[in-house]
Amino acid sequence: MAEPLVQARGLTKRFDDFVAVDAIDFDIAKGEAFGFLGPNGAGKTSTMKMITTVSPITEGKLTVFGLDPDAQGRQIRQHLGVVPQEDNLDLELTVSENLYVYGRYHDMHRADIKARIVDLLEFAQLSDRADSPVEPLSGGMKRRLTIARALINDPDLVILDEPTTGLDPQARHLLWDRLYRLKKEGATLIITTHYMDEAEQLCDRLVVMDKGKIVAEGSPRQLIAQYAPREVVELRFPEELMGAMASRLDWLEGNTEILADRVIVYTDDAEDTQHQLTEHGIHPEQVLVRRSSLEDVFLKLTGRRLID
Amino acid sequence: MTSLTRSWRWVEGEAIGYRRVWRGTVISSFVNPVLFLSAMGLGLGTLVDSSTDDLGVPYLTFVATGLMAATAMQTSAGEGAFPVMAGIKWRKEFHGAITTPLSPTDIVRGKMIWGSIRLTFVLTVFALISVIFGALDLGPALLAVPPAVLTGLAFQASVTAFTVTRENEVSLSTLFRFGIIPLFLFSGTFFPISQLPDPLQVAAYFTPLFHGVELVRKVSLPGAGASIVTPLPIWVNVVYLVAMAAAGIFLGSRWLDRRLKP
Repeated sequence: MAEPLVQARGLTKRFDDFVAVDAIDFDIAKGEAFGFLGPNGAGKTSTMKMITTVSPITEGKLTVFGLDPDAQGRQIRQHLGVVPQEDNLDLELTVSENLYVYGRYHDMHRADIKARIVDLLEFAQLSDRADSPVEPLSGGMKRRLTIARALINDPDLVILDEPTTGLDPQARHLLWDRLYRLKKEGATLIITTHYMDEAEQLCDRLVVMDKGKIVAEGSPRQLIAQYAPREVVELRFPEELMGAMASRLDWLEGNTEILADRVIVYTDDAEDTQHQLTEHGIHPEQVLVRRSSLEDVFLKLTGRRLID
Repeated sequence: MTSLTRSWRWVEGEAIGYRRVWRGTVISSFVNPVLFLSAMGLGLGTLVDSSTDDLGVPYLTFVATGLMAATAMQTSAGEGAFPVMAGIKWRKEFHGAITTPLSPTDIVRGKMIWGSIRLTFVLTVFALISVIFGALDLGPALLAVPPAVLTGLAFQASVTAFTVTRENEVSLSTLFRFGIIPLFLFSGTFFPISQLPDPLQVAAYFTPLFHGVELVRKVSLPGAGASIVTPLPIWVNVVYLVAMAAAGIFLGSRWLDRRLKP
């Protein structure tokens, strides 16, 4: 295998006593769309910041393009496109000026930048907004502009930290479509997200992080196969019956999760499970059968506790 | 790209944004000196000049030179405070810029260059208005600009270093209330510090605006008597302000680095 574009070994980030990233290992290959999945506070953003060279590494080893982020940060950043979690567009500038200024930061020639802006605005579907101020743009448009800005220097690696958080479904799908196109064109992408559907749509390979550690790794399909059986049956019962459910369902041998309002059964054959339920004299108020998703993997691995 | 080139790239970005807001700032660069020179120079000056000629120059001349330095302080302290907090915390554009080849140091230096360009414009307008008011001849008025710009740079740099260590804007208002305003009033801008009680006079020697005001007067009013400038050699004023600017830029860059790259 060719040398990975990004490689981490025992990568650790501590803030005083708090361990944000706890000795993680990963390799990201050229041309790959790699996902970091995890709840808030799992250490995804800290990892991104170390890759982006804007947060010093506490311990372990990290290379980006084979370079050391501490010593060769500027060289790395020259070939990086970064889409931060929070938009930090310059609100005093117009749409195209935002792109122009970043082109200059990357030491590009004025004429090259102008030509590239035309392409990028078309890519971001903002061509008709080129000269409008940034402030009144919708959240989706700002996000697309931030992505266009990250692409101004034709980066070898694009890092997207929760690219669609806070967007409405239409805006998300448009953004996915753009990112998918980028991927088709051969870009290497690193995406952090806590949306399962996003990871399923965009990532070739992903790791699930929880409390600073990597708890699972694989393609979306592999992870579902490994951590969640094919189908999920969700059962709802009247509230007064929920208390006794655990013991009444023990014959399912732990393939269940009992939540406050429903029971989730993981199974390879939903039809068979429903028959067995009837045989055991269990008649839920409501039954929902669906394919298992990355969300189930995620919840199984990171737990259902509420994370603030 | 050298570090200086990178800082100029930041200046270019500032200049592009400025094209949209320049009208408002130009108007205030004209209005401020007109207001100050009318009130302090013409109004108060008539009273001062009729009761004493101790200053050796008209009060309008005295106060115009002092105000050049004081205006530089106020403009530049503002420049080192709110736009810096905005870049870190409110609009966060610094966080974006440091994911490009630019570093926090490049940003700080770029801000200093941009602040000095803007300040040169503001002070040139002030100088010309002083000429129109008859406070200064054109030559001395223009000579006052470079020492006042140095004063401003010293303030912008050190206020930047202060701001990057602050969590929020509360400490910025505190800085203005308890730092900038007292300096404005007691640094020899409106009256010679020889009028202050002895301990305060000594204290004034350690404060930055005093050195700015002195330097402006020594450069633009050569031969000014002991009534309006102290016998302190001019190089002391220069070294004080240069050291303050250099320390501010050095520490501001370091601390901004720490702030943006936790």
